[in-house]
Amino acid sequence: MKRRRIAAWLGAAVLLPLAGFGLAAWRPALLPGGPGPAETAPEQVRRGAVLAALGYCASCHTAEGGRPYAGGRGIGTPFGTIYATNITPDPETGLGRWTRAAFTRAMREGVDREGRHLYPAFPYTHYAGLTDADIAALYAFTMTREPVRAEAKANALPFPLSWRPLIAGWKLLFVREPSIPGVTSPADPRRDPEWHRGAYLAEALSHCGACHTPRNRLGAEIRSKAYAGGEADGWWAPPLDRSSPAPLPWSRDDLARYLAEWDPMHGGAAGPMRPVVDAHRTVPADEIRALATYVATLSGPAGSRTGPVDRAVASDEPAPARGAAIYAGACAVCHESGGAAAGGVPYTTSSLGHRTSLRAPDPRNLLLVLRDGVAPREHAPGPIMPAFGATLTRAQMTDLAAYLRARFSPDGPWPDLDATVRALMPDPPPREPPGRTARAGPSP
Amino acid sequence: MPNLTVNGRTHAVAAEPETPLLYVLRDELGLNGAKFGCGLGQCGACTVEVEGRAVLSCLTPVGVLEGRAVTTVEGLGSPEHPGPLQAAFIAENAAQCGYCIAGMVMRAHALLRAVPHPSEAEIRDALRFNLCRCGTHMRILAAVKRAAGASSAVTGALR
Repeated sequence: MKRRRIAAWLGAAVLLPLAGFGLAAWRPALLPGGPGPAETAPEQVRRGAVLAALGYCASCHTAEGGRPYAGGRGIGTPFGTIYATNITPDPETGLGRWTRAAFTRAMREGVDREGRHLYPAFPYTHYAGLTDADIAALYAFTMTREPVRAEAKANALPFPLSWRPLIAGWKLLFVREPSIPGVTSPADPRRDPEWHRGAYLAEALSHCGACHTPRNRLGAEIRSKAYAGGEADGWWAPPLDRSSPAPLPWSRDDLARYLAEWDPMHGGAAGPMRPVVDAHRTVPADEIRALATYVATLSGPAGSRTGPVDRAVASDEPAPARGAAIYAGACAVCHESGGAAAGGVPYTTSSLGHRTSLRAPDPRNLLLVLRDGVAPREHAPGPIMPAFGATLTRAQMTDLAAYLRARFSPDGPWPDLDATVRALMPDPPPREPPGRTARAGPSP
Repeated sequence: MPNLTVNGRTHAVAAEPETPLLYVLRDELGLNGAKFGCGLGQCGACTVEVEGRAVLSCLTPVGVLEGRAVTTVEGLGSPEHPGPLQAAFIAENAAQCGYCIAGMVMRAHALLRAVPHPSEAEIRDALRFNLCRCGTHMRILAAVKRAAGASSAVTGALR
């Protein structure tokens, strides 16, 4: 009898929290429906287009060479690959049956129309701070895109991460309403409306922290280290706070130029930041300036920046000497041209000492740019920087990176340079596919 | 000074190791197929192959090529006996002024080594940074497709 009672208590102790969790995790499916005519008024769609550009929706929801917003791009995370979904208004495979209420719930709470929890690769932790009016405009824009029939690819996540109710637990632990001065928290009386607009964009819509804030082991942004630098798709996302290693301070005007295209004092974007800058082409200049105004205040006053470094590298050691010869033959024709601002080659700073990537804690960004170059946006002419992945071997890439670091940074050599080159560079370069070598012979 | 292996022959090169390969090819070895267009890696007229991959010879210091096989357009055939890819360019009349063509051929050759039967999208992607000011792009595409459509031996016959 007594034993049975203990068992009952034990059972309750296990089952009640489970039931509680179940209740917390459960979200109802919402009725299918579409936008009413007023919800897709042209003015709404136009506003939504600008907001969608500033939310960089396309950079995840459009696959390489794919139809706009039809999804399918794989987002690499430390836990596995998550495939962006089709957000065109296709009724079967996209958002065609989503009402504004369903869209709003997805944006704010990360729950789809059917009631499933969405992985936080979709930055609803930031979008939770969006105003109702902006979500309505984004809904208008989304629901008036060309519908594309494209089934979402299944995520490549291991169990138990593949079990979506787990996300509800993650949300309980980590989701807090974003603090946006003037929107979700009191306005800052010392700051002007432009700064407040920038704060709203950066914290909510443009979700800068999703890359530039470090994440904990469960993949949540660490709020106490906001903007202290993070990761994006295998790239180092530099800090935007006062720990930024940029050689020169980022002024508001520098940032506005960088975010719009390119800045002569710091250079231009590469890697996952490139589509962000490309998206800004359709955004009014005052929005970019607002974003720049806010981000410039994150790093505080100029302080003790060392300025660009360009120093002599001891040439009696073989590795730097080899690196110097590669630099002279491969890089100098552009990067010693005096800088674009002084009439030199476009997109070059006056020296590579201006580039933050050479001050980075690890060489990934430099190596990825050397390997793959920096491609222009689609249909724009010429590479911004040509790729050297086929030109240089692993050893040569290592020599060049060591030389650039020694010459253009006050910091010591990268400790993990060899290992990083091995991880990022195929060596020897891929030859023709197996079976072809046998046919190789003199030219016909 | 560096040794350089081009089209199967090894040369002792007089140039300094930082000299771009393009100048060595044209000025020392008399191989004038690869062209100087911009000298900044923007136009692709100087494209050659290094170990089967397309590189820009104007930005390739000759010192990095020690022990690595270079192939230029001269290595694919001669005016009397053009190689299959070159023959496809001739058949499609793909050259107008011809300045970009050696680069186009070499970029396409490297593509066909890696992807013997590329889609049109793959061809366009591979050639997207090779410029042609005459505008014969459609014929260049046709030539690459013609070469890719022929037997696979077409593109494999090269060391």
